[in-house]
Amino acid sequence: MNIRTYIIRRLLFVIPMLIGITLITFLISKFVPTNPIVIIIGEKSLDDPEIVAFVTQKWGLDLPLYKQYFFYIYNLLQGDLGVSFTTKRPVIKDLLDYFPATIELSATSIMYATSVGIPLGMITAYKSGKTIDHIVRLFSLILASMPPFWSGLVGLHLLCFTYDILPGPGRIDNLLNIQHSITGLYMIDTIIQGNFRGFFDVISHLILPSIILGSYITSLILRTTRSSVLEELNKGYVTAARGRGIPESRILCFHILRNAFIPILTVISLSFGKLMLGAIMTESVFAWPGIGCYAVAAAANLDYPAIMGITLLTAIIFIIISFIVDILYFIIDPRICKSNKCL
Amino acid sequence: MLNKYKLILHKPIFLIGFSIILSWIMIALFARVIAPYDPFEQNINNRLKPPSLSNFCGTDELGRDIFSRIIYGAQISLPMGFAIVVFSASIGCIIGALSGFFQGFFDEFAMRITDATLAFPPILLSLAISSILGLGLKSLFIAMTSVLWAEYARIMRGQVLSVKNQPFVEISSTLGFSKIYILIRHVIPNAINPIIIKATLEIGDVILTIAAMSFIGLGAVPPTPEWGAMTLMGRNKFYHWWMMTFPGLAILSVAIAFNFLGDELRDILER
Repeated sequence: MNIRTYIIRRLLFVIPMLIGITLITFLISKFVPTNPIVIIIGEKSLDDPEIVAFVTQKWGLDLPLYKQYFFYIYNLLQGDLGVSFTTKRPVIKDLLDYFPATIELSATSIMYATSVGIPLGMITAYKSGKTIDHIVRLFSLILASMPPFWSGLVGLHLLCFTYDILPGPGRIDNLLNIQHSITGLYMIDTIIQGNFRGFFDVISHLILPSIILGSYITSLILRTTRSSVLEELNKGYVTAARGRGIPESRILCFHILRNAFIPILTVISLSFGKLMLGAIMTESVFAWPGIGCYAVAAAANLDYPAIMGITLLTAIIFIIISFIVDILYFIIDPRICKSNKCL
Repeated sequence: MLNKYKLILHKPIFLIGFSIILSWIMIALFARVIAPYDPFEQNINNRLKPPSLSNFCGTDELGRDIFSRIIYGAQISLPMGFAIVVFSASIGCIIGALSGFFQGFFDEFAMRITDATLAFPPILLSLAISSILGLGLKSLFIAMTSVLWAEYARIMRGQVLSVKNQPFVEISSTLGFSKIYILIRHVIPNAINPIIIKATLEIGDVILTIAAMSFIGLGAVPPTPEWGAMTLMGRNKFYHWWMMTFPGLAILSVAIAFNFLGDELRDILER
């Protein structure tokens, strides 16, 4: 099977998933114990019969449930997720505003987690059973048990409040605030605008939350790397490479790592769910204006359209990530499609 | 199998985790005896006091003893963690076993729902459900159970599919036992092991998630001495560090214990 058929077959797989997740969010929003019109436009507009009639027609609220679902999908396809109660703006606009902050944070966290997890995993696999293996394992287990909302608070308390090493919560210093955000990613924005003081400020704000969020998934990556490298170490091609006199470091980095990379990639993509949980906690501690923070505020104010919008959006991102990862599998290891694992 | 379980008793990390959990269970059971104060008793004259000999972990803004509240908190987090895992594992097992064993239309239907549930990040789906059901631990319980069952269902289905084609199942079906009997007596006992491992691994995560949900304001409502909710109370009080430090340490110790336990268990059973 070539890559094009693979991608098409995989894409066909995505459609039932999308139907499933929209069905679930639709049904959940139908279970809300309040008037569905209130959920879409809020209580104040209830007195205006014109608005009520418009909304009823637009969302098909007077029709049977299965027809309402088609209206729901139709509105979704046009990007209409309803209007947030708290911000009074379309949910989709809110999400687009809050999303870049989460991307920035999770990208740096994953970078931190992989750059710590993969090398440590390789080292512990090499030295398996030795003291350093045990120490790293113990350390990573403890790190994985830290509730990010708590370690974030402790970090803020020690590094920002008591010793003033790092700046406090937020994405950037108030004085350097970016007026016109282009991409929403402050690291890129400050570079484009030539604002290097701002750039370093953004980085210093990123350090602590990224480490806190990254540590939460590091041990997962570390353990997977360790077991997967350990498995490869005993294989014939490693012995053959050693016999040819290739330096050990080269064998490890080029021969073993590539073969051991599939499980690592899987774990990185699977850690998205955990990352989301961590992001919600980390963002609410660090007042990070991202999706997690928005979700918490929405849940606290019972802002149903916003909650449903976030839930749907993250599920779609989840599906896209697993789609991309499946294609990466194919690129890293073309054998995958010859075996039956591919779909 | 039994030998593997015996092997576990020689692992120090497992024993550490096990004894921490055991002591938390004891603390939860005998909270009334251990706790020096009533966890709800307010004492305005004694508010925001740092840790001392009379209040080991200090007092909060209403003058309640934090140490006693942490001890009573074990009565919430541990049973709830266990209950959520047991409930969602049972629901998942029943659905997975039925759909793997009988297949057909029910299987298709159940597995599509499972797939769709698994497509959501668990935290956000439970956030959505529990915000709709309203605040409180009860709705958190329902929300988390209705999200977590899916993975068990998928694992159970795969297990049942592989067990049901083995000779002993065919023989008992030739002997004329009813299908339900075969499923309960022969198939499920041979398929349950991975479920047990996953459930053990998950309890720590679930307790952490309960605390996290309470920390962001869903879940336990104020007077309840839940650890996450207590951490939330001390969140902006940087001068009163003890308010958030000690409840957090309680969560940390439970999470570490379950992670130690689960890691050793996986190490041994998957070998």
